[in-house]
Amino acid sequence: MIQLPCPWCGPRNVSEFRYAGEVTPRPQPATATPEQWRRYLYVRRNPRGWTEENWYHSAGCRQFFKLRRDTDSNAVEEPR
Amino acid sequence: MAGGNNGPSNGHPSTNGHRKPGKPPRYSAFSLLKHGLAPRAEWPRAWRSPALQPSYDVVIIGGGVHGLATAYYLAANHGITNVAVLDKGYLGGGGSGRNTAILRSNYLTPEGVRFYDRSMRLYEHLAADLNFNVMFSRRGHLTLAHNDSSLRTMRWRAEVNKLQGVDSEVIGPEEIAKLVPYLDTSTSTRYPILGALYHPPGGIIRHDAVVWGYARGADSLGVHLHQNTEVTGIDVAEDRVIGVRTNRGRIATRNVVNCTAGWSSVISDMAGVELPVQTSPLQAAVTEPVRPFLDTVVVSGTLHVYVSQTDRGELVFGASVDPFTSYSMRGSLEFVEGLAGHVLELMPALSKMRLLRQWAGLCDMTPDYSPIMGATPVDGFYVDVGWGTYGFKAGPVSGEAMAECVATQRTPEIIAAFHPGRFETGQLVGEKGAAAVGH
Ligand SMILES: Cc1cc2nc3c(=O)[nH]c(=O)nc-3n(C[C@H](O)[C@H](O)[C@H](O)COP(=O)(O)OP(=O)(O)OC[C@H]3O[C@@H](n4cnc5c(N)ncnc54)[C@H](O)[C@@H]3O)c2cc1C
Ligand SMILES: [Zn+2]
Repeated sequence: MIQLPCPWCGPRNVSEFRYAGEVTPRPQPATATPEQWRRYLYVRRNPRGWTEENWYHSAGCRQFFKLRRDTDSNAVEEPR
Repeated sequence: MAGGNNGPSNGHPSTNGHRKPGKPPRYSAFSLLKHGLAPRAEWPRAWRSPALQPSYDVVIIGGGVHGLATAYYLAANHGITNVAVLDKGYLGGGGSGRNTAILRSNYLTPEGVRFYDRSMRLYEHLAADLNFNVMFSRRGHLTLAHNDSSLRTMRWRAEVNKLQGVDSEVIGPEEIAKLVPYLDTSTSTRYPILGALYHPPGGIIRHDAVVWGYARGADSLGVHLHQNTEVTGIDVAEDRVIGVRTNRGRIATRNVVNCTAGWSSVISDMAGVELPVQTSPLQAAVTEPVRPFLDTVVVSGTLHVYVSQTDRGELVFGASVDPFTSYSMRGSLEFVEGLAGHVLELMPALSKMRLLRQWAGLCDMTPDYSPIMGATPVDGFYVDVGWGTYGFKAGPVSGEAMAECVATQRTPEIIAAFHPGRFETGQLVGEKGAAAVGH
C-alpha cells in the first residue's frame, strides 16, 4: 500500500483518500463554449511521469489538497 | 528482404528455425504425430524475425490483440502486406496477455451490442481461420443483480440485446442456483441475489493463443513483427504523419495506427493528438487448480468481483480497476484482501482455496466506457484505443474495422459511433452500466 502525505494529517495509507483527478484549469462557466466545457470535462493529459492532482482525505480530515505524484513509480512529493 | 538476421535481438533468443516468408507448416493431428515421432524434431518458429526496414506502408504500434488483428486483416482482407507491428516488449506483454479472457456481447447500447456481437461471430471460427486452437469455450455468462436498480439495468440490457438478435434474458434465483452450484443464493446474505442477466453465448478463451494465432497468421501473409522495438517519437509535417522514431532507428511511413491501450496517451501525445483517456491498473488473481465445478462465468457488480474456472481447473478472479490512475503494474495486498472477502460472500465453500498468484495490467479508461476508434485530425494517424477493462473480446472486430478504415480511408459503419470527435459534440456511447465490473 502506498502512503500519501496529507498536509494536515501527515502520511496516511492511500485507502483513506479519494482520487479527485488531474489538476486542469477550469474555464469560466458563464462564458465557456460547449466545446471548451466538454474539453475540460473529458480531455486528460494522463502523463506517464510527474503530474499534479487533487486528492480528498475522505477517511481523515475531509479536506481537498493538491499533490505531485509520479504515475510511473507512484512516488509522491512532500507538500511544501 | 526478410529472414535477415542483422538487426538487434527481437525477442527470439536463437535464430533456430527461421523461415522464409510464405505459408507456415499447418498445425494438425497429423503434423503433431509426425513431429512426435521424428527424432529431435524442433517445431519451426511460429513467426519470423525479419530485419527492420527503413519504410513501411503502415506501421502499427502495439503488439497486442488489437495491433496484430489489424495487421492480419490488412493483409488478409485488403492485400496490404508491407506492414510492421512494433512492440516495446514482447507480443502479448500488455493487456492482451494479462486479461481474464471473458467474451460476451450483452452490452447496453445498440451500437455496443452490434459491435461486440460481430466480434463474437469472428471468434466462433477464428481457430479454423488461423489454424490455431484458441480454445474458445462458450459456457454462459451471468451478471448477478443484488438490488432493484441493477435488476432494472439487466432488464434493459436484455431487451436491447434481444432487439439485436443477441441471446440474453433475466432469470431468478432458483434458476441461478441450478446453473451455479456453490453460489450462496440464500436470503440471509448481506446482499441477497435477486436475479441475473443470463447470456448463454458468453464464455472464455485462451488469450495467449489468440495473440499467437494472429501473429502467426499476419507473419505468414508477409507482415513484419518487431519485438523489443519501442516507439520514441512520431514525425508529423503539415498535419500529416511522415514517420516514426524508435530505439532501433527511424521508419518512414504515412500511416500509423496507435494500438497501445494503457500507453495510448503517451503515443498520441507524440503525434500531438489529445485523448479523453486515463490509465488505471486492473488486477486479477488465480487459484491453484481444483476439479471442474463451475462451467459459467459469474459477475457481481455490487460485490465488485467475478469468477470463472479455466480448463486447467484454476479459478480466475477479477474486479474493477484500482481507485486511482497509474502506469505501475505492481499488485497490492489490499486488492487480494478485498477480493477474497467478496469471493467468499458469493461462494463461502471456497474458503480453503489457495491463491497461486496475482497480477495487474494497464487499462485506458474513457469517460463513456466505449472505445475511441478511427482517423484523427492528424492525417495518417489512426487510433484504436480506449479499451479499458473490456477490449480483449473486441480484438477481431476492431482489427477488421481498423484495417478497412486504413485501407479505404473511410470509417466503417460498425465503428462510426466510436469516433474520436464524439466527446466534443457530446455524443457519448454510455456503456458504464454494462462494463464497469464485468469485463
Ligand atoms: C486484469 C485484466 C483483466 C481483463 N479482463 C478482460 C476480459 O475479461 N475481457 C475483455 O474483453 N477484456 C479484458 N481486459 C482488457 C483487455 O486486456 C484489453 O482491453 C486488451 O487486451 C487491449 O488490447 P490491445 O491490443 O489494445 O493492447 P495491449 O495488449 O495492452 O497491447 C499494447 C502493447 O503496446 C505496447 N507498447 C506500449 N508503448 C509502446 C511504445 N512506445 N512502443 C512500442 N510498443 C508499445 C505494449 O508493450 C503492449 O504490448 C482485462 C484487462 C486486465 C488488465
Ligand atoms: Zn488529512
